[in-house]
Amino acid sequence: MREAHRVARVVAGVMVALVVATMPAAATIPRVPAGRAPMVVEVSPDGPVRSIREALASVARGGTIVVHAGTYRDTTIVVAFPVTIAGAGDAILDGEGKRQIMTVTSDSVTVRGLHFENVGVAFTEDLAAIKVVRASFCTIRDNRIDNAFFGIYLQEASECVLEHNELRATRTRDATSGNGIHLWHSREITIVGNRVSGHRDGIYFEFTREAHVRDNVSTDNLRYGLHFMYSDSCDYQRNTFRHNGAGVAVMYSKHVQMTDNRFEGNRGSSAYGLLLKEIADSHLQRNVFSNNTTGLVADGATRLLADHNQFVNNGWALKLQASTEDALFTGNDFAGNTFDVATNSRSNTSTFAGNYWSAYDGYDLDHDGTGDVPHRPVRLASIVVAQNEPALILLRSNFLLLLDAAERVIPALTPETLADSTPAMRWVQ
Amino acid sequence: MNTILKVLKYQAKDALRSRWLIAYALFFMLITDGLLRFSGDPMKAQLSLVSVVLFLVPLVSIVFGTVYLYNAREFIELLLAQPVNRRQMYGGLYLGLTLPLALAFTVGLGLPFVLRGADATFSGSLGALLLAGVALTCVFTAIASLIAVRCEDRLRGLGAAIGVWMLLTVVYDGVVLFILAVFSNRPLEHATLGLMMANPIDIARIALLLRFDGAAMMGYTGAVFLRFFGNAQGVIVSAIALVLWVYAPVALGMRAFLRKDF
Repeated sequence: MREAHRVARVVAGVMVALVVATMPAAATIPRVPAGRAPMVVEVSPDGPVRSIREALASVARGGTIVVHAGTYRDTTIVVAFPVTIAGAGDAILDGEGKRQIMTVTSDSVTVRGLHFENVGVAFTEDLAAIKVVRASFCTIRDNRIDNAFFGIYLQEASECVLEHNELRATRTRDATSGNGIHLWHSREITIVGNRVSGHRDGIYFEFTREAHVRDNVSTDNLRYGLHFMYSDSCDYQRNTFRHNGAGVAVMYSKHVQMTDNRFEGNRGSSAYGLLLKEIADSHLQRNVFSNNTTGLVADGATRLLADHNQFVNNGWALKLQASTEDALFTGNDFAGNTFDVATNSRSNTSTFAGNYWSAYDGYDLDHDGTGDVPHRPVRLASIVVAQNEPALILLRSNFLLLLDAAERVIPALTPETLADSTPAMRWVQ
Repeated sequence: MNTILKVLKYQAKDALRSRWLIAYALFFMLITDGLLRFSGDPMKAQLSLVSVVLFLVPLVSIVFGTVYLYNAREFIELLLAQPVNRRQMYGGLYLGLTLPLALAFTVGLGLPFVLRGADATFSGSLGALLLAGVALTCVFTAIASLIAVRCEDRLRGLGAAIGVWMLLTVVYDGVVLFILAVFSNRPLEHATLGLMMANPIDIARIALLLRFDGAAMMGYTGAVFLRFFGNAQGVIVSAIALVLWVYAPVALGMRAFLRKDF
């Protein structure tokens, strides 16, 4: 019975794909004229070809459309065969706040150097500046996208490259704001050197596999700088996520690699540098978490390996929930945080070794660079605050310091096993 | 006005010659330099200094203040034999006590930072630390003057000084925490803020918290705290509360001084 369902679903899917793939070509693209179609078609506001739609009707398969400076207002452009569309000068494609600007339904389409603006906002449809639907090998490079609802939207795409695009939106409400770079059910997408700001989520993945996200800057987005769910085996390198409403959230994924990223200045009562929720077998290395309300939240981060990260000047450097099992934190620097580690449980299965703690007050008599007494990073104050939030206002008061000193002598509330038995005396990094 | 200046000048000279005051400055110099030297990190040193300042400055100000004024009793009586304005004289006494203490504190804490050439990124928080210390000095010397004027018996006066210090440094916050724990199911943000404004040490502490733990303070879910800390309103309210904390003891002390029969 289930097999039959699956077959039916696949058949239906293929049929829909066929219909969608052929329909726009038949319906909206005029027939390519007989004879040899030109390889290059120039579009300019006062030339013989005045819109990309006209150019698409005449250009050869695999040809190039050069769009010269000017503002173009047209209905949604559907690109249904392999072609390169390149801007020369400031070629503005204006959606006039009403519609999607470009839909790519063919493999091997390149869109570069264009300036998209004013994508329409809809509540039932994800309108985007560029939407790629069921296509492979697309390249979207050096575009500027202003005031979009969704920016670049990949739906069931694969092996595409999104490079050096600049996306800027200025919306103020979650509901009327879309994601900058949005990937759904896609695979092997390379996202390099893009700058996204002012969107709902800067970069959003759902059901995406093997994406490579490098050197992007995602700042001042309303919700998350980066948000992904059910996206296994992706890697993130050298990205910067700054001043986002809630930081970065990664959920329900496996084999995530995050290296050399920066998580900065995400402040607010529910903001964090990075939230790991139900993330298994992942690796955090050499990332910097600074000036966040909470640097890293590990909620169900099973077998997480975090090494050589820096946690500097955060409210809470690390919130380790009881649901996190067998995590290993080693060679990290914890400096200048109000609380280094907070946890909601007295039991602990995670291991801390060889980290630097600026709050460490032990000594190193044999001068081997490792402290001689273990460091317990969970402060009594963090437990008091967790149970009674307004008590935050008593931070650093002499009374709390006294309680903390008493707790250190005989731990009664803080988890006894959560300790770094080989704390580094100096910064590891 | 003239009397204030004259008394102030004499008092300040006298106080600056006091070994205790020099020891106080030296102590701060030593502890600051030590922290800078051993932590190797100006930020970390400043964080440790927050606790030291909040603990020690009120204690020294109130104890040194009361003792000093008791010792100056003969000088006061001598002056009162002359035709001087008592109001101005009290002002001179208070300032003559406060300024040298504040100076000793500022030099003691600031000099090591200057000498070690701490860079500009830390000057803001150093300024906050110095300002908080000076404000606490002003408040606690005012309380000290009040106690010295009101209490004839110096032993009882000293006891009262230490009692006030204990109350404001430790006991008060304990009581607040107790209240928070007992009424944890009620919205207590406004009440807590009010309670904090009623204790000068807490005001100074919160001002420093905003500097050093801003990220954590933004983590509080209650809108009241966020709004309060998020803009100038919090700073203005705290400043007014501190000024009141200086004004009230000085005014009360002056009233007692005017009526006092030496």
